[in-house]
Amino acid sequence: MDTRSYMPVPPGVGTEENVFSLDDILLSQERLPCRTESVFPGLGFVDKSSDSRHIPEGTKMEIPLWLAKGLYERKRRVISVELPRVYREGWRTVFGADANVVDLHTMGPYYYGLGSQMLHFDSPENSEIAQCVLQTFIGRFRRTMDSSQNAYNEDTSVLVEKLDCLERALFRAGQSGLNAFQLWEKGLASHLTASSLVTNYRKRKLADLQA
Amino acid sequence: MFCEKAVELVRELHRMSDGQLPAFNEDGIRQVLEEMKALYEQNQSDVNEAKTEGKSELIPSIKFRHCCLLRNQRCITAYLYDRLLRIRALRWEYGSVLPTTIRFHMCAEEVEWFNQYKKSLASYMRSLGGEEGLDITQDMKPPKSLYIEVRCLKDHGEFEIDDGTVILLKKNSQHFLPRWKCEQLIRQGVLEHVIS
Repeated sequence: MDTRSYMPVPPGVGTEENVFSLDDILLSQERLPCRTESVFPGLGFVDKSSDSRHIPEGTKMEIPLWLAKGLYERKRRVISVELPRVYREGWRTVFGADANVVDLHTMGPYYYGLGSQMLHFDSPENSEIAQCVLQTFIGRFRRTMDSSQNAYNEDTSVLVEKLDCLERALFRAGQSGLNAFQLWEKGLASHLTASSLVTNYRKRKLADLQA
Repeated sequence: MFCEKAVELVRELHRMSDGQLPAFNEDGIRQVLEEMKALYEQNQSDVNEAKTEGKSELIPSIKFRHCCLLRNQRCITAYLYDRLLRIRALRWEYGSVLPTTIRFHMCAEEVEWFNQYKKSLASYMRSLGGEEGLDITQDMKPPKSLYIEVRCLKDHGEFEIDDGTVILLKKNSQHFLPRWKCEQLIRQGVLEHVIS
């Protein structure tokens, strides 16, 4: 049983973003390759590679997802968004071959989240991206679930290092379920323990003293 | 680039995902607010220019800054809101009196909010279960027995139980106490629940 009192705002599901979710804010900080389709007067300093006062039309630059979503409009195009490498044809083939071997943490770490967000921009490849993201998740889910249910009292850092953020959350949920079940089996479920907040806080204070 | 400071605030909380409360970053908030003020003023003058002189080519830049303003607003509200969630959790973990080190991490408005929350929770608990009220922060795990064996992890001083007996909670001493009396102390790490 999870008795933690602090429950952070959960991230949004699918193409939705949750405004107050810290995870979603960090997800929307991911950078996308873009091309400007109009001049941005007086904002030249944003693009550090040029000295001009304005951002001229046709500049290639990387902007965060939140900005791309805000500026993007179908009718009046001021920017066009390009697909990040991992969602392009070449990588999609790799995911199709065997999704299990790919290190989604270094590629992402928000592979699924960003993939769903990319559907906001009208790209002709949208349906393929959605399919690929979904199939990748299905292909990898079994492994994530299995490892989270069978690693008891083990170092899990090797198991989670290649997982995307979404998969890590699932892994943690599986682990906490497993641990709670093991406690119950040992008859320790009603054992009262110090709050993890308190113990962690004390640990940190100790570390501060030693430093 | 704009909004870097605001995201830094969010990262700071995200790093402590177990719910600890880092010190209130007043300086960071101030810097973000300053950036927002500059963005707003720049946008105002650009909007006026676009209106009076019909310079529609300014619109992409105005939109750009507007997005940054919204982003800053989102980050700051998320920062403050997540801190409130953490502060609320503290009431359940530590009880109504917080250790000074933690209170030191809150800003004046957060202390005020914590006090109001305490009051609301207390008056709600008084309204429950007839005359005496019901402490809903007790028995988070269903109890198996009314009395439990506990060991002191640190000196806590004298402690009075229901029948008026006063016992001395001295480090490493063991006692057999009513569960509801010591649940809070266990959560705070003063006592340890011993299972034989």
